[in-house]
Amino acid sequence: MLKKNILLSLYFFLLSSIALASGNDLNLDKANVNVKDYASLQRGAKIYMTTCATCHSLKYVRYKEMAKQIEMVDSSGDILVDVVQDGLMYSGAKITDNIISALSSDDGEKWFGKSPPDLSLVARCRGVDWLFSYLRTFYKDDSKLWGVNNVVFPDVAMPHVLLNYQGLKGLSGDDSHHINLKLIEQGSLNEKEYDLMVLDLVNFLSYVGEPHQLERKRIGRYVLVFLFILLVLVYLMKREYWKDIK
Amino acid sequence: MSVSNTLKSWVDKRFPLTELWNDHVAKYYAPRNLNFWYYFGALSMVVLVMQILTGIWLTMNYNPSAEGAFDSIEYIMRDVPFGWLLRYMHSTGASFFFIVVYLHMFRALLYGSYKKPRELVWIVGLLLYLCLMAEAFFGYLLPWGQMSFWGAKVITSLFGAVPFIGDWLMEIIRGDFNVSGVTLNRFFALHVVALPLIILGLVVVHIISLHEVGSNNPDGVEIKKLKDENGIPKDGIAFHPYYTSKDAVGLVFFLILFSIVMFYFPTMGGYFLEAPNFDPANALVTPEHIAPVWYFTPFYAILRAVPDKLAGVVAMGVAVVIFFFLPWLDRSNVKSIRYRGIYYKVFLSLFVVCFVILGYLGMEVPTPAKTLLAQICSFIYFSFFFLMPIYTTLDKNKTVPKRVT
Repeated sequence: MLKKNILLSLYFFLLSSIALASGNDLNLDKANVNVKDYASLQRGAKIYMTTCATCHSLKYVRYKEMAKQIEMVDSSGDILVDVVQDGLMYSGAKITDNIISALSSDDGEKWFGKSPPDLSLVARCRGVDWLFSYLRTFYKDDSKLWGVNNVVFPDVAMPHVLLNYQGLKGLSGDDSHHINLKLIEQGSLNEKEYDLMVLDLVNFLSYVGEPHQLERKRIGRYVLVFLFILLVLVYLMKREYWKDIK
Repeated sequence: MSVSNTLKSWVDKRFPLTELWNDHVAKYYAPRNLNFWYYFGALSMVVLVMQILTGIWLTMNYNPSAEGAFDSIEYIMRDVPFGWLLRYMHSTGASFFFIVVYLHMFRALLYGSYKKPRELVWIVGLLLYLCLMAEAFFGYLLPWGQMSFWGAKVITSLFGAVPFIGDWLMEIIRGDFNVSGVTLNRFFALHVVALPLIILGLVVVHIISLHEVGSNNPDGVEIKKLKDENGIPKDGIAFHPYYTSKDAVGLVFFLILFSIVMFYFPTMGGYFLEAPNFDPANALVTPEHIAPVWYFTPFYAILRAVPDKLAGVVAMGVAVVIFFFLPWLDRSNVKSIRYRGIYYKVFLSLFVVCFVILGYLGMEVPTPAKTLLAQICSFIYFSFFFLMPIYTTLDKNKTVPKRVT
C-alpha cells in the first residue's frame, strides 16, 4: 500500500512537471559546457575580453573575483595580477573594478540601433544551447546594416564580431527548423576549431551567469551524504519506537 | 527535586507549558494507521519555518526599489556569503511549499478529511491556501525580473475586469497606473510582514481545530468512538514519540528530495525559476510568452478557457472558492475512498487528471486545440464539484469497519 502510494504521488509530481516547450521551434545545437574546465574558462575569458567586452559589460562581475574563480592563480592561490592585467584588462580599469564596457549606452544606441545589453546573466536567460547556436549561425545578408543576419536571432542588431575566425556563411535551403549554412569565405579557423572557440566563450558565460555553481554542487554532495546517514539513523529510531505498536 | 523539575513546576504555575505539550504532542492520540499521505501537514509546517528563516536573511540584503531590486538579488547570488544558498532555498522552498500543500489537500479528498466534524479544519486550511497563493504572488514580484513584472501586470489587470470599480480597484492594488516601484514596495510589505503574520495565526487555528476533533485516517473511522478504560482511543497512539519519530523519517526523506533539486536543479528546467526572470523588468518590452509559475497554472488555464474576460475571472475565482463548499457538496455517508463506490473514485481520478492537464496548459501558448482541451478539462473540474451532491448520493458504498485496519 505504501509503495503504491509513493508511486502514485511520484506520478502526480512528474505529470505536474511535463516539459515546458520553448517558444522557438528551432532545433538548437547542444553546448556541452563544463565549468570545471578552467583552461576552457580562461580561453573563454580571453575571447570575451578581446572581442565582446568593448561593447558588452558584465556589471555584476569583478575582474579580481573572476580571476580567482577561474583559477588564474599561482601555486599558493594568489591571483596572478600581472597576467590578468596584461591578458584580460584593456579598458584601464583597476583589478577590483567591475567589468564595464567603454561604450556608453547612448553611443551604443546611436551606432547599433540598440544599446548592447549587459551579458552577466545572458546564459541563464537565453540558455547555453541558444548562445552556442547563435554565435555559429550568422549568415550573409546584404539587406542588413552589417551585411549579416542570424538564424537563431533574426534581424539581430549585432555585427558578426567573430567573422574573421569563422569566415562568412550563406543560407542554404529554407528549412527554418534546422540550422543549415554553407561556407562562402574561409575564416582563420576551420569549423571544428571555431566550434571549440565558441564553446569556450559559452562556457565562460555560463560561469559568469552563476559563479557559485561549482560550490553549489560540491556542498550538495556533502549535504546529501549527511542526509542519507541521518535517514538510516532516524529510520532505526522510528523502528525502535514502533516495536510497541500492534 | 532536580533543577529542571523545579523550573518546570515554576513555569507551569504561571504558564500551562506541560498542559500544552500534553494536549498537542505527548497525549494527543492520533490513529495508528496514518499512512504516507499524512506526512504533508508536518512537512508544510517545516517548509513554512524554512521560508520564514531564509526570508529574514534575504530581507537583510534585499533592496525593495525598482532601481535596486534586481541588482540586490544578483548581489545576494554573487557577493553575499552563501547568499545563493539562501536564495535557492527560498525559491525552491516556494515550489515545494505548493507541492506539499497540494498533496496535503489531495489527501483530504482521498479520505474525506473535510467531512463532519472537520469542516472548520478544512475551511481554515483553505484560508491558509489562499494566503499562501497571495504570499507567493507578492513574493514573485520582488526579484523584479521580466516575468515578475509582466506576471504582476497580468494578474493585477484581472481586477480591472470587475464592473464599475475595476479601474479604481486595479489602481488601488498597484498604487500606480502601471506596475511600478510603488507596487514593488507594497508587495514587499505584504510579503514580508502582513501575510506571514496571518499565515502563522491561521496555522495555530488550523492545528487547534484539528486537535479538538482529532485526526482523520485512511479508513475514515472516528477513533474517539471506541475508548479504553483510561479514556484513550483504542486505535489511537500518542503523537509523541510515535508520529514525531515517523514524521522525522518523512522529513529527512523530504529533505533529500529537496536538496537534490536545490543543489542540482535549482531552476528545475525553468519551472521553479523562469529563465526570462533573469532579465530585469522592462515596461517597454513585453516577453514573448507570459505564464505564471507552475502552481498557479491550473487556475490560469481556467481563466483563459473562458472567452469573456470578466466571466473568466469569475470562473477562476469560483474554481478556488468552490473548495470551501466541499463539506456540504459531499453527501456520502462514508469518508474514505476505501469504502466509497465507483462514482466518487472515477470523478476524483478525472479531477486530478484534469487539474494536472490544466496546469500544463496554463504554461503553454494557447492554440485552438489547447483552448478546447482546457475548456473540456475546466468542465470536468467543475463537474467534480457541482455534480458531487448527485453522484455521492447515488454511490454504492461499502460498509466501514468499526476499527481501523
